[in-house]
Amino acid sequence: MTGADVLLIALGLVAVGAGLLVVTTRHLVRAGLYLVVCLGAVAGLYLVLTAELVAWVQVLIYVGAVVVLLLFAVMLTRAPIGASDDLDRPGWPAVLIGAGTGLGLSALLVDAFRWSVVELPEPGTAERLGTGIFGSWVLPFELLSVLLLSALVGAIVISRHDIGARGGEERR
Amino acid sequence: MRPVIPYVVAALLFGIGVYGVLRRRNAILVLMAVELMLNAVNLLLITADTTVRAALPHTGQTFALFIIVIAAAEIGVGLAIVLQLYRLRATVSVDDVRLDTAPGLAPAADEGSTALADPGRAAVS
Repeated sequence: MTGADVLLIALGLVAVGAGLLVVTTRHLVRAGLYLVVCLGAVAGLYLVLTAELVAWVQVLIYVGAVVVLLLFAVMLTRAPIGASDDLDRPGWPAVLIGAGTGLGLSALLVDAFRWSVVELPEPGTAERLGTGIFGSWVLPFELLSVLLLSALVGAIVISRHDIGARGGEERR
Repeated sequence: MRPVIPYVVAALLFGIGVYGVLRRRNAILVLMAVELMLNAVNLLLITADTTVRAALPHTGQTFALFIIVIAAAEIGVGLAIVLQLYRLRATVSVDDVRLDTAPGLAPAADEGSTALADPGRAAVS
């Protein structure tokens, strides 16, 4: 057990605990705030695993942008203060499938790696990752920019009903 | 560094995400659970990047960055759809989405929800 192992275990416990709270809490807004804790702990795991750039991108995009968007959506649709009872559907199937997936994958990975030790590689700084992205992965990178643009246009078209009205008349 | 620890954390996070997607009824909470699953996959990729020495350096971290970008696009379109659903039906419960009729196709079929809600369509027409 080195220091990195202790950090990994602690941050992993925080991430899993906050993730459990996200899917079990009965407060809509608190689910978003627990999601911040979970994603922040995962960013800490990335830092311990020497993925510096990905950790900061995670903090910027997930904690900064995605959670804020989710909280905005909560406020725009319905923002009950306090617990709401109609968030869950009753179900043992969800427990069975979720626990089966998580524990099954865990058993598989534990069986594959046991208690082996690896050396951490050199940290993934912005310079090294940038060399990789703009050297070997240029085509996926450009495709992703097209995907982002199309997602942006699609979100605008969906949410503006004065644009979609003419097409909507045909649908109706 | 023992790679089994982050691997198990990633597997448990993925299981929690699957549970949340199946259990939650609110569409926004379903999207939050999907984010948990995407993060589990990212953690798996980054741990694999430290344990497996590939021909190209830092391939796992590059793919994790790509997945973060795809998740951002997904959450944008997903929330636009959820807000439009709320505008049409005044609910974000995924159990109330009827798949057999389009929202404006048969207003007599679900007069309860479309009569009260739908400020958007009233403004258009």
